[in-house]
Amino acid sequence: MTTLLATERIKLFTTRSPWWSIVAALGLTIGFAGLVALNHSEGRPLQVEHSQFGIQFGLVVVLVMAALAVTTEYRFSTIRATFQAVPNRSAVLVAKTAVVAVLAAVIGEIAAFGSWTVTRVIAGGPEMAIATGADVRMVAGVGLVYALAAVIAVAVGTLVRQSAGAISILLIWPLLVENLVQLIPGAGPHIHDWMPFVNAERFLNPPEFTTPPIGPWGSLAYLAGVAAALFAAAMVAVNRRDA
Amino acid sequence: MIEAVGLTKRYGKTLAVDNLSFSVPSGRVTGFLGPNGAGKSTTMRMILGLDTPTGGTALIDGKRYRDLQQPLRTVGALLDAKWVHPNRSARAHLQWLARSNRLPAKRVDEVLEIVGLTSVAGKRAGGFSLGMSQRLGIAAALLGDPQVLLFDEPVNGLDPEGILWIRKFMHRLAEEGRTVFVSSHLLSEMALTAQELVVIGRGKLISQSSTEDFVTQATENTVRVRSPQLAPLRSALGKLGVSIRDEGEALVVSGMDCADIGELAAREGVVLHELSPQRGSLEEAFMQLTGDSVEYHTEIAEPGVPATLTTAGK
Repeated sequence: MTTLLATERIKLFTTRSPWWSIVAALGLTIGFAGLVALNHSEGRPLQVEHSQFGIQFGLVVVLVMAALAVTTEYRFSTIRATFQAVPNRSAVLVAKTAVVAVLAAVIGEIAAFGSWTVTRVIAGGPEMAIATGADVRMVAGVGLVYALAAVIAVAVGTLVRQSAGAISILLIWPLLVENLVQLIPGAGPHIHDWMPFVNAERFLNPPEFTTPPIGPWGSLAYLAGVAAALFAAAMVAVNRRDA
Repeated sequence: MIEAVGLTKRYGKTLAVDNLSFSVPSGRVTGFLGPNGAGKSTTMRMILGLDTPTGGTALIDGKRYRDLQQPLRTVGALLDAKWVHPNRSARAHLQWLARSNRLPAKRVDEVLEIVGLTSVAGKRAGGFSLGMSQRLGIAAALLGDPQVLLFDEPVNGLDPEGILWIRKFMHRLAEEGRTVFVSSHLLSEMALTAQELVVIGRGKLISQSSTEDFVTQATENTVRVRSPQLAPLRSALGKLGVSIRDEGEALVVSGMDCADIGELAAREGVVLHELSPQRGSLEEAFMQLTGDSVEYHTEIAEPGVPATLTTAGK
């Protein structure tokens, strides 16, 4: 498995898209934190959550990067070269997902702590200290959320096999679908409670006005469950299909 | 040694490969010949475990591809030179392949040297010409120094120099005792490259023999005889049991050469107006054998003559 991890690492970093994604994800998150800090008025002191506004933009970039890591393999048929070199397709998918997820986690941690640091340097007061468990989750938890999002994106990319399709799904789902389900009369808010990215948000940033059915760690576990289910579906598909 | 046993692949209603059995010996170049759409690429993908057969098996040295440990050390294959990420350098492409089968990093430079790509190793593969891509594909196939090599239409779209290079290269690989299995839709090319031929049409085996046997069999010589006294000549030939075909004013005789027919005519007192040997070309022979099995006929083709034989395949 270490051989396969090394193989997938070489594959990932010898194309340009992960590098651009790293730059874009860090630029958007940390840059946005800087803008918020620069624009804040003296009256209200900044808190930890104010430094993390850009995290959702970084999440979108990570979703796209992770999906592309697999859809470009189908686009250029390097997936066939891969299965020719390593016929154990399950192992290939596990290694690829692991490498992408670890990169996503590292991006998430740098983005979160970078945003926090920038905000503190520009306009920080004692309120910016990471003091409570919620503060720790809000900052250190970003890596976990990004990693699980990457697993979801790799799985969707594997199932769809097509960049445009996979990216459309991965953008429209968290940005539109998860919000629009609230409009369904009656059941809407309950369905909303069980949307994966809503739960990602609740893990990082517990809602102030509604009472979620599960706590923040429950939300994260639920997100992980969704990721695991999609990954399992991708595993079945990749083994059953002709390459 | 590659062995296909009852290999079958069905896509919905289409039977792409139909109960195909053949074997590819080591130490020789074996051509895999068939018109476009005959199922050559599908068969090769099944041998490599990329496509799952609907029925039958393909074995390499007695093992299924999926059961091979570090398969690049056993089987090298070039199915499509474009299976490369265009933004990855030639060296990086070979590096990840080498890593996946625990091949030493220095092997990458060795194979780049063998195919003559050392000077462009750092360039992105997307900018390569077809000839260079083909060489990169061959470098990838050679990475693990495998005993079995598969090439799908390796000369397609290459210039004469590239074709010659690949042909010599295949011969060298076979002389080193390797199993070389190379597909093509061009019989003329295969006649020069391959010593053995597996011929298929519409997914079915048409013949497996040495190239020499295939060519002599397929291009069996005939003699065209024209005479104002066809009837006595026909009966004289008929007694000898040779096969005769009417062709307008003439007879086409096979199984007897010009000299014998001339002497026979003289003995029978038959006047001859023409006595000419007819040698079928390889292409004609191939068409004759696979003509019924060409999948796509074009409208401009003459009746019975498939028009897809010399057009590029994919």
